[in-house]
Amino acid sequence: MTRLLPLALLAGLVALPLALGANPYLLNALIVTGILTIGAMSLNLLLGFTGQLSLGHIAFFGIGAYVSALTSLGFDVELGFGLRAVHEPWPPVVGFLLATVAAGACGYLIGRLSFRVRGAYFVIVTISFAEVVRLVALNWVELTQGPLALTNIPAFTLGLPGLGFWTLKSKLQNYYLVLAVGTLCYLLIARLVHSRFGRAMRGLKENESLALSVGINATRTLTVAAVISAAMAGAAGSLYAHYLRIIDPDVFLFATTVTMVIMVVAGGKGTLMGPVVGGLIFGLLPVALRPVMAPEAQWIVYGLVLIVILFVLPRGIVPGMAARLGRRPARSAPVLEASPAVPQ
Amino acid sequence: MDELIQHLVNALILGGTYALLGIGLTLIFGIMNVVNFTHGALYTVGAYVMYLTVAALGLNFFLALPVAILGGLVLGAVIEVALLRPFRGSDIDTTMLVMIGAGIILQSGTLWTFGGVAKAIPSPFPEAPLQIGMVSVSWLRLFVLGAALALIALTYALINRTKLGLAMRAAFQDSDTAALMGVDVRRIYTATFALGSSLAAAAGALLGPVYVVFPQMGGLAELKAFAIVILGGLGNVTGAAIGGFILALAEELGAGYVSSGYRDAMGFLIIIAVLLCRPTGLFAKAERIG
Repeated sequence: MTRLLPLALLAGLVALPLALGANPYLLNALIVTGILTIGAMSLNLLLGFTGQLSLGHIAFFGIGAYVSALTSLGFDVELGFGLRAVHEPWPPVVGFLLATVAAGACGYLIGRLSFRVRGAYFVIVTISFAEVVRLVALNWVELTQGPLALTNIPAFTLGLPGLGFWTLKSKLQNYYLVLAVGTLCYLLIARLVHSRFGRAMRGLKENESLALSVGINATRTLTVAAVISAAMAGAAGSLYAHYLRIIDPDVFLFATTVTMVIMVVAGGKGTLMGPVVGGLIFGLLPVALRPVMAPEAQWIVYGLVLIVILFVLPRGIVPGMAARLGRRPARSAPVLEASPAVPQ
Repeated sequence: MDELIQHLVNALILGGTYALLGIGLTLIFGIMNVVNFTHGALYTVGAYVMYLTVAALGLNFFLALPVAILGGLVLGAVIEVALLRPFRGSDIDTTMLVMIGAGIILQSGTLWTFGGVAKAIPSPFPEAPLQIGMVSVSWLRLFVLGAALALIALTYALINRTKLGLAMRAAFQDSDTAALMGVDVRRIYTATFALGSSLAAAAGALLGPVYVVFPQMGGLAELKAFAIVILGGLGNVTGAAIGGFILALAEELGAGYVSSGYRDAMGFLIIIAVLLCRPTGLFAKAERIG
C-alpha cells in the first residue's frame, strides 16, 4: 500500500493537466507548489534524516535562482582593483547545472562552519547566512540590479543537437519539467536514504554516541548531507528563475523557508512521501483559502495548522496515516537499537 | 575624530536596547532550552502597545512604557502556559517549530489588525538635540538609553537578589535537582518566559518612538537578538548584555565607514566570525549551557 502510493500519486500528477484542461491559474499554482515541494524534499534530507534544522534554506534556493539567471543573462561587473568580470550569456541548462554546483558549494561551507557546534547554532548560522546573501542581492546593484530585479530571464531550452530544441515557454511544459525534476530528486533521496550513507545519517540522528562508536564520521556525513540538500534547493531555485523569468531579492524571504519547514513537518519529517504530501497540501492551501480570506489571515491559518499538527500528529500526516492504516512505515524503524545511558 | 565620537555615542544608545533584547532571549534559552521565535513578534507587540496607549488613547508617554512592558509580560505568560507547557520534555526542534507557528500568528495578527502602513509614536521630548561640541544626541535617545540601563539593572537585581531569581538560577543549573529541592519548576518556566518577553516588549516600546512602528519590524530585531546571544554564548546573561553593545558598535562603525547598505549584515558576519574562532561565545567560561 505505502509502496504503491508514490506511483499512484505520480500517475495522478501526470494526468492532472488533462483533467484540469488549460486553467492557467491552477497550473501556475501547481508549478510553484512543485518547485517549493522540491525545496521541501531537500530540506527534509537535513531536517528529517539528520535532525539538523536549516532555517536559511531559502539562501540555497535563492543562490540557485540568481546563479542560473545570471549565467543565462550574462553580466559585466567592475570588481575593483581594475579587475572586471564579463560574462557572455550561456544556455539556461548550463545555468541550471551551475546553480546546483554553486548552491552545493555554499552548503559545503555552511556545513563545515557550523557542524562543529550544531543544534541551535546550526539553525542560527543558516538564518544569518540567508540574511547576508539577501543583503548582497539587494546592495550589489551592478550585478543583481538590486530591488529593480533581474528581468527577461530566458526560459529553459531542452533538446539534443540534430533532434531540434524546444523552448519551454508554456505553463504546461514547465509543469512537466518541474514534475520530472521533482521525481528525479525523489528517486535520488530514496536511493540515498537506503544506502550505507543513509543509514549513517539516521544513525547519527537517533543515537550519536553509538553511531560515533561504530565508526561513523559525524561531521563528514552531515556535511555531505548539507551539500546534497543545498544543491537540490539550488536546482529548485533555477527552475523558479526560468519559470517566472524575473527574480528580485524578495526570493530570499524568511517566510518561504517557513513554508518549506511547515510542508516537511506537517507531511512527516524523515519520510520520503512526507514533504510531497505536505508540499501539495500547503502549496495548494492558498488556492483554497484565497476566495475566503486575506493573505494575512492565510498566514494565521498556516501558523495555527503548524501548531495543531505538532499537538495532534507530532510525527506528521504520512506517519500518522500509516499508523492508522495499521502499518508502520519502514522509514521510521530505528536503525540503531540502544537504551539511553541515563534514563530521562 | 568628532565623527568617531558620534558613532560611539550612537552605538552606546542603540546598544542598550540590543542588550535588553539579547538578555530576554538568552534567559529563555538558558533556563528553558527553547529557541524563542516569538521574540521579534513580542518586540513588535511592545511597540504597538506603546503606539496604542500614546497615540490612540492619549495616555502619558512615561506611563505607556510600563503598560507595554506589562503587555509583554502577560502575553509571554499566556504563550508559555498555552503552547510551551504541553510540549515540556519534547526535543528542542519541536518547541522551536511551535514558537515559529506562534510567531507567524502574532506577526500576521498585527499586520491584519493595524495594516502595513508604518506609524509614528509622538514623544514628549524637545526636537532640538543636546549638542556637546560637534556631537549631538536627541533627548529621546538619551531617555531610551537611561531606561534600557535601568531595566538591565532591574533584571540583574531580580536574578541575583530575589528568591525568584535564586530559583531561576537553580533551574538553569539543574532543573531536576531544583525540583527535588522544592522549586516549582513549572512556575519558574512561566516566570522566565514572561520576563524574557517583557524585555523584548520593552525594547520595542523604547525603539518604537525613535524609528517608526510597522508589523515586520520584529523580524530583523529577532535575528539581531540571535546574533547577540551567540556572541555572548547561549544562556550567558552578562555575555548578552555586552554582546548587545558590541553588535551596536559593529553596526555603527560598519555603516559609517564601510557601507550603510550592509549595516544589518554586520551581526551575521560577527556570528560567522565568532563560530569560526570561539564557537561557545566570547564570554563562555564558568557558566553552563542548558
